[in-house]
Formats: sequence, structure tokens, C-alpha cells
Amino acid sequence: MIDLTLSPNDEQVLRAVREEALIARRYARYYDENEHEFPPDQLPEAKDHPSFMTRMGHRGDGDAGMAVLSMLIAMGQTWGDYSVRLRRQERGLGNSALQAAGTDEQKAKWGHLTLAMAITEPGCGSDPSLVRTSARLDGDHWVLNGEKIFVTTGCRAEGVVVWATVDKAAGRGGIKSFLVLKGTPGFIVAHKEKKLGIRADDTAAYVFQDCRIPRDQLLGGDEQVHRESSGGFKGVMKTFNMTRPAVAAIGLGMAEAAIDFTRDALREAGFAITYGPTLAAQPAPVERLMRLEALLEAAQLATIRAAWLADQGQPNNMEASIAKAKAGGAVREITQGCIEILGPMGVSRDHLLEKWFRDVRITDIYEGTGEIQRLIIARTLLGYSRKELK
Amino acid sequence: MISFAMSDEQEAARDSMRGFAAAALRPHARACDEASAIPEAFYAQAWELGLTATQLPEAAGGYGAPRSPVSNAIVLEELAYGDATLALAAVAPSLFAYAIADQGSAAQRQRYLPAFCGTRYQAASLAVNEPHPASTAWQPRTRAERDGAGWVLRGRKCFVPLGDRASHFLVVARAGDALDAFIVPRDAAGLAIGDIEKNLGLKALPTVSLELDGVRVPQEDRLGEQDGCDVTRLLNQSRVAVAAILNGLSRAVLDYCVPYAKERVAFDEPIARKQSIAFRLAEMQMEVESMRWLIWKAASQLERGLDATRSAHLARAYAAEKAMWISDNGIQVLGGHGFIREHPVEMWYRNARTLGVLEGLAAV
Repeated sequence: MIDLTLSPNDEQVLRAVREEALIARRYARYYDENEHEFPPDQLPEAKDHPSFMTRMGHRGDGDAGMAVLSMLIAMGQTWGDYSVRLRRQERGLGNSALQAAGTDEQKAKWGHLTLAMAITEPGCGSDPSLVRTSARLDGDHWVLNGEKIFVTTGCRAEGVVVWATVDKAAGRGGIKSFLVLKGTPGFIVAHKEKKLGIRADDTAAYVFQDCRIPRDQLLGGDEQVHRESSGGFKGVMKTFNMTRPAVAAIGLGMAEAAIDFTRDALREAGFAITYGPTLAAQPAPVERLMRLEALLEAAQLATIRAAWLADQGQPNNMEASIAKAKAGGAVREITQGCIEILGPMGVSRDHLLEKWFRDVRITDIYEGTGEIQRLIIARTLLGYSRKELK
Repeated sequence: MISFAMSDEQEAARDSMRGFAAAALRPHARACDEASAIPEAFYAQAWELGLTATQLPEAAGGYGAPRSPVSNAIVLEELAYGDATLALAAVAPSLFAYAIADQGSAAQRQRYLPAFCGTRYQAASLAVNEPHPASTAWQPRTRAERDGAGWVLRGRKCFVPLGDRASHFLVVARAGDALDAFIVPRDAAGLAIGDIEKNLGLKALPTVSLELDGVRVPQEDRLGEQDGCDVTRLLNQSRVAVAAILNGLSRAVLDYCVPYAKERVAFDEPIARKQSIAFRLAEMQMEVESMRWLIWKAASQLERGLDATRSAHLARAYAAEKAMWISDNGIQVLGGHGFIREHPVEMWYRNARTLGVLEGLAAV
């Protein structure tokens, strides 16, 4: 039965998430301005504040599925701050890749670690078939050589899932993913990037120089090696069906914070925010705000829809891209619009709005740009192959 | 609960409406638009579907199915996929009938509902739009003043659907600080019904203006009688309905553009293989889906009896903006052909613009 209202249980969890997020928000400006520092694993307030997890009662039939709930929680957390949390339960994108592509042994062995994901290279962004980092089998070891950039949480992570090619001539089919642990000789964290936004989150560049890893660190096991098809590649691509909605949710949490801030400021300035009278009958700043609110809800629901399909065990490849593309554009328009509504107050560093404006900008880029998402949606819609629509 | 899964009944309703829309709406849409008229036979044919009677109480002769705004949104999307104008002609009486069923007194339900459960098409209508700039149903200029035990109505309404044949109008008016709705028969003294309007879009839907010059309404014809009614809920139901119709219209544009773009060759390949066209189509797909979830959210709130004012407002505003954008881009994808009346896209473009500014056309 179609129903897009939250259960009381879900609402209670999300209220608790927001309470925590508000505590984290107090530290948001500090870690934005001190990019070289990492936020602590636990904020000082953590010891006196029960975790929202404790308020997650027994989950019943009327409650959201786990994928949907994790989107709602992500939105609630980033509503406080992009990466400062009351408590870090650090997990990286590499963990999703391990879950999607690893064998049961591999999941058991490394599942407890924080794993980053290294795909992008100086000469390779949206088109992963250009990956140059190579992996060569030498006895019982793989030997990795190459450079990776834009590795989210790459400094803090305990290990990384690296895309490398075992056969450059095979294109996408030659790309496999390898797990490399920090401290492995030949694995060098070259530097930490300085960014427009999301500064509390570290972004690393790596170099692999004759980096030898045991043979069993090829995700999915040895049988992946001689696969001629791009089956292994597709396995890794599948992780995007969860990480793309997650990235959408992360951006939308901040966009919602921007809208809430703008609405409060307008109210304080004496504007009545009354839902009902048509937009043409609303004062200009209120009309603008309401359009942005509708856009926010549309993107949120598209994201929840993609996650809901995952909860049902249904394919969500196109829907994950819709969520990502929709959110990527929406968060830009929303934060830009909120600043325009508030004027000089919107760009003042006394407030967090200008930070949200910078922080959300990455949403339309990482985990596949908005353009790549549109390509995926268009191919599905038109029934075109990769060759037919480039 | 968060669920996007249709029930078996909803899937069955969707399928049968899709079939009806393909057989009885789409093929006649252009001719009706050109003639600015709907053949009488269509009203009778649509009435046989029992769209309105299904959710009216058994006591009044209805089928007694639970009122389901979500199911109705699904039905409206499918009908409007065939044609928005004919869809409205088929379902416009529901706004009046559901208002009586949901908010009328026992006596009002007994008096008015049986007519909507019969075999003959019964037209009645909500009079909510007004002909002045930046008008909004939330702040009507039409006034209701106390007159002894009853009321006196003064004001002007426009774009009243089925005004050429409606037996009754439900007139929304401001009574003091509150909004109220009054049942006015078409032969009421002081009520002047204008000629059928000529509009940009929904051309075939017979709409009229009303002039209410001291129309007396007894207390027993105030919706809800002594308790009055919640006009907001009425308008929310109407907004979700209009949004669902815009959703169907938008999907129709997209589904027309996709095969066209795959067949139309320019510079040695189908234009769909150009990113500028393919991305535009991808974005249409994104918006057709996104607006549907906003509609379903507002409809779920209505179905649960929650205050849906904000959701219905946002859903309608979003659907209006994006349906306009989609039909605008639909014309662009077809190029010159988009401007030619041989293709339906220019009609959808006019219909989208018209629907986007109206209230009180149908209910979910």
C-alpha cells in the first residue's frame, strides 16, 4: 500500500538524530576554518548524550526499511554538519564496495575496518575505463603501481579499495578492485587536498610504487582475474546503486538546513510563511523559498524512492541515478537561492549558510557527476547501449 | 510507513484506466480541442466507469469503497495521460460529490449524493477561481454575509467547470474571517451564469463565469450546516488532483518525445543520440517521477486524515512548474513539428499552462 508518511517510531529516531546533529553543528565552523585538524571521534558532549541508536526501538512492519532509514538518518546528520558528528561511526565508501564485491571470508576479515575507495586518477575521472593504475600478479602477490586522487577520508581510513587494471587492453573488463591496508610498503599517502567545502572531511592523494599485496586481497577472489566480461566491473558499479542515493541524502540534509535557516530568518523579519495562498499571491522572498522547499522535497522523495527499491530487492540502477542527479542540482539551486533571498546576511561567515553553499557543491560531482547520471538515465529511458549513447 | 508499492486494487485500477484512456480519451483529444466541445456521448461513456460513485457510501447508492486519495491520484494520472481535458470532464463532479460525502451533514448527504450514484451523468461543480490578478482560493473576494437564519452571497467566479450543465455549484466564499462553502442550485435567484468561456487550454471543457448578486442560501445549504466545513481540506484535495493530472500530462509528453527522438535523424544519426536531446529527455523522466512522489506524499497525508496543506501546496506548485517545463521542452524536442497542430504537443503545452493556475477542477 502506498504511504509516504513516517511511522511514530521513525519520527522518534529522526528527532534523536537531529538533537545529536545540533550538538555537532556547534563545531561546524571550527573545523571548516581549521582544515588541517580532524574532528575527534567523540565530541565532549558525547558522554552525556544517549546515542540516537538507543532510541531505535524494535522495528516493526510500519517502519521504514533499513536502506530508507539510513537515507533519513544521513539527511538528519548532515542537517547538523557534513562531517562533524557527536560520535564517529566511521565507515567509508570502500566498505560498501567490500560488501558488494567481496567474498564472505573477505567481508569477515576486513569488514570492521574503515575503508576508503580510490578510483579517480589525475588523468581519469568519469570514464573509469581510462584507469592506468596497474596490478601485476607475481607469485602469490599482486604488485600495484599508479596514482590515485580525490580519495575521500583517504587519510583517516585504515585501508582502501583500489581500482586497478590487470589488462589495459581489456578496457573496463580488465579493471578489478583490490584491498590495500595502510602501512603496506609502497603505499604512500602523498598529500591532503585543500577544498572549497567539506573541509572537515579529508581528501587524499595516493601513490602506489611496486606495492605488493597478498593475492587474496583481490576483491571477489581469484576467479575474478580471468573473467573476460566486465562482470567484476559491473559488481563494483553495483555499489553505486546504494552510494549514489546516500550521497544525494548527504547533500539534501545540508540543503534542508539552509532552507530552515532562511525560513526562520524571514519569519524573524516579519514575513508570514503561510502554505496555502498560491505562489502568485505570496511576497517574492516567500514565493522563492516555497519553490525551493518543493524542490527539496522532490529530491528527498526521489532519494527515498531509490533506497526503497533497494529495500525491496528490486533493481534501482536508474532510480539511484535520478536521486543523485536530482539532488545534485537541487542542493546547488537551494543554497544559491537561499543566499539570494537573505542578501548580505547570506554570505556572512557569522552564519553557516555560506558554508552549506560551499559544502553541497561537491554533491553534483563525486560518485558520478550529474552529467554521468543523466547519461545513465537517458540510456535506460531510450534503450541505448553505451556505444549508442556516449 | 514508507512504501511506494501499489495495492492489487490500485494496480487493477491503474491498468483499466490506462486502457480506457488509450481507447476513449487520447484518440478524441485533438478533435475535441479543435471543436472546443466534448460530444455528449463521452459523458455517458465515462460515467459508466463509476469513477465518482465507487467511493460514495452504500446508503446513497454508491459502492461504498473507502475514500482513497492515493488511489484517485493514480487514476487521475492515467486518465490525464490520455487527455487532461476529457479526464476533467469525467471526474469534475467528484469534487462536489466528495465534498458532500466528506463534510456534508447527514441530511445533505441524503439529499445530494444519490444523484451521483445513478446511471445518468450528473454534473455539479466547485466555484472557486476568481477573475482578478494574483487571485488565490485561500483569499476569495466573494463574501457570505449572515441574513437571519441564512446567508447572502456576493461576488464573481470564473473557470467553473461544467458550468453549462452543473445542477449545483459549491461556492467558496469568505464569511467573516473564515472560509465557507455554500451549495447553490443553478436556478438560484441572483445567480447569473455566463456563456461558455474561451480559454487558452482545456478548450473543450465547458467552463463558465458566475455572478452572485445577493444570492440567498439557507443554513441547510451551507456545507456542514451549523458546523460549517473545512474549506482548506477541500482545496487540498483539489490541488493534489490537479497535480496528478499534470503528472499524467507530463508523462504523455515524455512518452511522445522518446520515440520521436529515436526516429528523427539529423547529421546522420537519431537526435536521441545527441546528449543535448538525450539529457533533456533524462531530465523530463526525473521530473515526471519526482512530481509523482510529491503527489503521493500529499495524498498519503490526506488519506491518513493529516493536515496536508503544506504538502498539497508544494506538490501542486512543483507539478505546475515542471509540467510547464516538460511540455515546453517537448515542443523543443520536436522542433517545428512541436508547433504544428498535427502533433499533440502544442495542445499539452497550452493545457499545462492552463491547469497550472487553476483550482477546484477535481478532487482526489
